[in-house]
Amino acid sequence: MSATTTAPAAPAAADSAPRVRYVLRLADASLVLAQRLGELIGHAPALEEDLGLANIALDLMGQARLLLAYAGELEGQGRDADTLAFLRDEHEFANPTLVEQPNGDFAHTIVRQFLFDAWQHELYTGLQSSSDARIAAIAAKALKETRYHLTYSGGWLVRLGDGTEESHSRMQLALDALWPYTSELFDADEPDRDMIAAGVAPPMQPLAAAWSARIDAVLRDATLARPPTASYRWYGKQGRHSEHLGYLLAEMQHLPRTYPGLRW
Amino acid sequence: MEHEAERPDGWALYEIFIRARSGLDHKHVGSVHATDARMALEHARDVYTRRQEGISIWVVRSIDILASDPAEADALFEPARDKVYRHPTFYDIPDEVKTL
Repeated sequence: MSATTTAPAAPAAADSAPRVRYVLRLADASLVLAQRLGELIGHAPALEEDLGLANIALDLMGQARLLLAYAGELEGQGRDADTLAFLRDEHEFANPTLVEQPNGDFAHTIVRQFLFDAWQHELYTGLQSSSDARIAAIAAKALKETRYHLTYSGGWLVRLGDGTEESHSRMQLALDALWPYTSELFDADEPDRDMIAAGVAPPMQPLAAAWSARIDAVLRDATLARPPTASYRWYGKQGRHSEHLGYLLAEMQHLPRTYPGLRW
Repeated sequence: MEHEAERPDGWALYEIFIRARSGLDHKHVGSVHATDARMALEHARDVYTRRQEGISIWVVRSIDILASDPAEADALFEPARDKVYRHPTFYDIPDEVKTL
């Protein structure tokens, strides 16, 4: 699209740009993890876990739909939730790098889920009192789901961490592998700071402290060692992703991109 | 049929009972595998209440249920067959009683 044919952005839309970015970050975190969990349908270690993981994926998909729809409205360019999910490219996705990491073995799936659930639980607890009423309402609804997810993933973390020698070592390996992606969750950049200043997002420091305290408590029960803080930083929420997201999107977006406008 | 005993991998079979609405009884709906009762409760929630089927769940290890032997059905249940007088069908019900 050339500059001459593009309608000038309305002032309201320009003002809402940081908010659009922030809502997309929340939406993409849920959407990408939902897609990852969806890959396990028919492949989980037991029928019961198959349904359990699919239920979580559906909860996350529901959150993503609400958030993407809101982002589209804020943006004011006529993009709906489907357009945002299926027709954005990799660098436009604003999810934290953690959620795009592959399922790996069950240990990786569970550790990734637990680190995410603990983060989402604290974040959405804070977002319930967001100055943005729409975000506050979505957070309040999602929090009921997140509480269950956290029970589920925390239960498995302890069971496998404090399980057999084999399960313990696999869980520690998964934790060591995924831990470096957690610092991004609490590194506030400009869009984060804008939203915190506007009272839309909760302040980062108490969030990080609450997350950290919960992680420590559960890791203790799971007899797993907290890895040291990594010096390398990831920037998925700024659109700079690991090599895994492109493949995930290729699969997720294949159908709507190949058959534009296709309906069931 | 033999109950599935605890398996070498630590998983066991649990029977699931769900109360659909308050005031109703818990009803048997099926079974799940789990390593402990807590997990069985979560599995039951994930497998059997996805479509708002319930408001309360009970789980019981299958191995803890003693079932009657179908081979003894004659001895257990036949004797009741010719005792229809045990049904309260020989009373005149007053018109004022709408449901009984």
